[in-house]
Order: sequence, then structure tokens, then C-alpha cells
Amino acid sequence: MNTVIFRTIAPFLAALMILFSVFVLLRGHNEPGGGFIGGLIAASAIAIYGIAAGVNEVRKALVFHPIAVAGLGVFLATLAGFMSLFVDAPFLKGLWLFLELSDGTELALSTPLLFDIGVYFVVVGAISAIALELEEDEETR
Amino acid sequence: MAVSSTPKNLELPPAMIEGATAAADWLIVWPVALPMIGAAILVMARKRPEWQAPFAFTILLATLVANFMLYMRVQGEGPLTMTMGNWLPPYGISLAADSLSALFSLVSAFIMLVVILFVQSEIEVRENKFGYHPLLLLLLAGVSGGFLTGDLFNLYVWFEVMLIASFGLLIIGGRKIQLDGAVKYGFLNFLATTFFLIAIGFTYGLVGTLNMADIALKVPQVESGAIYAVAALFFLAFAMKAAAFPLNSWLPASYHAPDPAVSAVFAGLLTKVGVYALVRTHLLLIPQSHAYLQLLIEIIAGFTLVLAPLGAMAQTNARRALGFLVIGGIGAMMAGLAIGTPTGIFGLATYAVNSMLVMTALYLVVGLVERMGGTSDIRKLGGLYRANSWLSIMFITLVFAVAGLPPLLGFWPKMVLVQAGIEMSNYWMVSLILLNSILTSIAGTRLWAHIFWRDGREGVNSEQINTRIRPLPPRAKVWGLWPAGMLVAFIFVAGLVPQPLFKAGATAAFAVYDPGEYVGAVFGREAVAQE
Repeated sequence: MNTVIFRTIAPFLAALMILFSVFVLLRGHNEPGGGFIGGLIAASAIAIYGIAAGVNEVRKALVFHPIAVAGLGVFLATLAGFMSLFVDAPFLKGLWLFLELSDGTELALSTPLLFDIGVYFVVVGAISAIALELEEDEETR
Repeated sequence: MAVSSTPKNLELPPAMIEGATAAADWLIVWPVALPMIGAAILVMARKRPEWQAPFAFTILLATLVANFMLYMRVQGEGPLTMTMGNWLPPYGISLAADSLSALFSLVSAFIMLVVILFVQSEIEVRENKFGYHPLLLLLLAGVSGGFLTGDLFNLYVWFEVMLIASFGLLIIGGRKIQLDGAVKYGFLNFLATTFFLIAIGFTYGLVGTLNMADIALKVPQVESGAIYAVAALFFLAFAMKAAAFPLNSWLPASYHAPDPAVSAVFAGLLTKVGVYALVRTHLLLIPQSHAYLQLLIEIIAGFTLVLAPLGAMAQTNARRALGFLVIGGIGAMMAGLAIGTPTGIFGLATYAVNSMLVMTALYLVVGLVERMGGTSDIRKLGGLYRANSWLSIMFITLVFAVAGLPPLLGFWPKMVLVQAGIEMSNYWMVSLILLNSILTSIAGTRLWAHIFWRDGREGVNSEQINTRIRPLPPRAKVWGLWPAGMLVAFIFVAGLVPQPLFKAGATAAFAVYDPGEYVGAVFGREAVAQE
């Protein structure tokens, strides 16, 4: 797998895939997509980069340990549930905040979006942790 | 810029609850959400091992307070429910706490608090980094979620949360024996979960809903006899989770593998969720199935009662023997379920509380024994009475509590169970419960005699002083002996003053036998009255 072509193209491919994963995550509320599938795409980007550049390189680039990223995801998702505490509603009630931007477009922020971002991080963290661990085994063999 | 609860240009769906939810109703969310968010934060702080223990302790203390407040509230005002996301009950996922579930959840949080102190006596830095504390918190979230949920599929999800957390805890040291235990534990538990999932699918097909209160309302209208098959499938799945005979082999095969603190939590909490689920399915969800399956439950309870302590007698590994004693307790609870009268459930609830506390304490004490003797093989132990008499007093107290000798805690639930059996003229069950007490005390005192009473190791040197025993290191004294000792003292005092336990058990049994309250709390009392 360690050809020059692959090593040259992998960083660009990974960057593109992560960008695409964010797009899939954001469009997920009303159209096909969402945190889970977005997270899978991002995790495969990280796995590809790991195959090309080596696991140590990826771990350095990620800064945080993948499992810590998954923890952030659980934290964000739970936080999304707690938002409704402030509006006298039950746990996990969906809340929306509509922001009018200067050019007239409307930005809809919501707790389901926050929850979905949480799911995204859980999937990215958990899957890439597994993938990196497996790739590490492969390298040391 | 405005915060609104619905998207613009969208009418409020009729499935939404109107009106505000009081912040006080959030009480039911805290026991589950607090450990969950605590675990998430601790996973993020994995590079800070020194933060893990204090933070986990604080979260658990808050969880215990939340559980206590929830319990008091349920005792005072009846079942408390909240349906997630403002949806109306059959559509949204409900959490529902009645006296039974709030009681179990409260005891679970208490046990976890004691264990997190004990963990400090044995945890290694490396294990800390791999997420020992977050997994313990996640396990508590799973257990409390299982007790407090009012939705069958959600119960499945909490079983999975429990399974994942317990899997992590089982293998966290990475020793060979742990992997061996984890495979057996994992395989049989996954099998049970699969049966549970199949049963959920059939339930949805037959009844058209998975909300527990809704099922309780609609099951009487189901005419198909298939509902009995579904009930039997639930019974199979939960009996496997509870480790009732003959599906008990996973428990003694895995509980001795992890650290003593972890096996203490497992012994205290995991099987009881299975028992709780059995009570829910056979007395609330599909009540007609109880009479149908009664003979089967009786037979299984009888075999579990007798064979488990016999299994304990045959073991030479102290923790494996304790695993069989856990199963014996499951037999007693199944006997309560088999009798099925309010008195029987009264006995079941009190026995479950007793078993949670006592089995946890026993595993903690044996953990300290292992620390001193360097092994859990009772043939190689001996002479611990001389080395640490406090430990031996704690152990024998707990053995008598498990066996049910007065005036210890275990006596009272057994008394209630015997009374329930006599009321129903079920003398077989009564004699088996009493036989279980005798066999358990034999099995327990055998352990005590081997570990503590005998001077040295088994064999020709048994009269000589065991030289392999090391004194407890200071860390194990402060964090190991003290928490275990306090738990034993608590059990002892609770046995001398059984009124609170009786009151808790009686209200729990009453709650199980009055499903109208439970259903009414979920749907609103007026709505049920109309049906």
C-alpha cells in the first residue's frame, strides 16, 4: 500500500473526505446524511491517512486521543438534552434558534443539530480508535 | 433572534405534550444522566489520572443524592414519569420510576459509591488511563437506566450500555484469564440480548407498542395465544441475564477474572437488572403469563436454590464459589417471583436489596483476602484469622447474612419469602428456601474455615503457620479495609433495624401490584380513566 502515488494523494483525499463528512453531517437534518454517516466518512479519512503516513503521524495530527474525541461526542449529545431544562420542557426536547444573517439568509441552530454533532464525534472517535489500533498491529508485525 | 420550541411555519403536532414540565420532574433524569455525562468528561480527561477519582466520587455522590430525592418523591407522591422530547407517551420514550425501580436504582448508586472508594486501593496508573472510572460510571448509568426506563426497547439499549461497560471492565487488565472470562460472559450475554430483541420484535407485532405502560393497557385485548410464547421468550432472555439455573454457567466462569472491585460491582448490580426485568414483564406487561409459566418458574427457582450452594461447595477458587452464592440469591428471588403474591414480591424486593449489598461486600472482602494471600485458591490460603481478625469477622458476618441467619440482613427477606410460601400453601418452595439457607451456610463457612480458621495451607502443613501471607499495605488498609468495613457495618446495622427495609419492600410490592398507578402516571390519570 505504500506506493508514491498513494502517499502523495492520501493527504488531499483525507482532507476532501473530512470536508465532505462535515457537509453530510450538516445536511442530515432534513435530507439523507447525519452524524453517524458523516462520522463514518471522517473516520475512513483518518484510516486512509493512517495507512499512507503511518499511525504515529495521524496521532500527532489529531492532537487528541480518538477515545477522548468520542467522550466529547457523548458530552455534547447529553448537553443537547439538558438544554430543555431552561425552557420548562422534558429532557431532549428539540429547541431551535433562528439567526438572521446580514444578507437575509436564515441560519437555523438547534439542539438536534448539537446532538448530531455529538453522534459525529462519537463515531469518528470510536471507529478511528479501532482503525488506528488495527493499523498499529499491522505496522509492528 | 428568538428561541422557539418549534420550527417556523410548522404546526404543533398533536403528539406533543402541551404545557410546561416542572424542573422538579427532572429528578428522574439525573440518576441516569449524571453518571453518563460524568463518564464523558472523564474520558476526555484521560490524560489527567489524578482528576479521575475525585471527579468520579463527586459525580457519584451527586447521583446518590439525586436517587435519594427521587426515591423520597416516589414514596411521597407515587410513580414519577417523564417522556423524552415533549412527545406524548406511546410515541416518545418514557422514563418511569415507581417504588421498586427507584429503590433498586438508589441501592445501585450507593454500592457504586462504596466501590469507587475501594477501587483506589488497587487501581494501577495504566488502568486509570484506559478508563476505569468512566466505565464504572457508564455501568451505573446503564443499570439505573434499566431500572428507570418505561420503554422495552429503551431497556434493551440500557442492557447494551451495561454490556459494553462491563466488557471494558472485564478486560481492562489484559490478563489471559480476563479474556477467557470475557469471551464466555460476552457470548452468553449477547445470546440473551438477541433473544430479548426477538421478543421485543414479536411484542411490537402483537401489541403494536413498546411503551411499558401502553403494553400493560393493550395486552388484555390481545387474543392471540402467541403472547404466551413471547412471554416465555422474555423469560428465557432475562433468566439468562439473571443467571438462573440452567443458564448460569457464564457467571462463575467470568466473575473471578477481573479486579475484585469490578467483580463486586458485577455481583451486586448486573444480575439484579435481569430479575427486575422478569418482575416487570411477568407482573406488569403480560400479567396473564405469570399463571401460565408459574410451574416453570417454580422448577427453575427450586433448582437454582439447591444447586447453586452445592456448586459453591465444590469450588476451590474463593471468587468462583462466591459466584455460585450470587446465583443462589437469584434462586431466592425467583422463588418470590414464582409465588407471585404481593408477599412474594415483597420478599423478592427485600432479598434483592440484601443480595446487592451483601454480595458486593463479600467480593470486596475476598479481594482483600487475595491481596494478603496472593491467590484466590482456598487450598493455598489459610491462617488469615491470625493475620487479620477484622477481615475474618467481616467475612463470617457476611456469610451468615447471605445464608439468612438472624439477626443479620439476609434473615428478613428469607422470612418474608417463607411466609409468602406458607400463605400459598407452597410447602415445596418453603422447604427449598430453607434448604438453600442450610446449604449456603455450609458452603460459606467452608470457605471461612479454609481461608481463615485453618493455620496454614491445605495438606501436611495445615497445622503450621502460613508464611506466605503478607500484611495489607497502608493503601489497601485506608481505601480497601475501611470502605468494605463501613459497608459491612451498614449491613449489620440494617439487619438490626429492618423497619426501613420492610417499608421499602412493602411499598415496592404494592407498586408492582397496582399497575394502575404506574400506567396512570405515564399517561395522565384522566386519560386512563376514559379508556
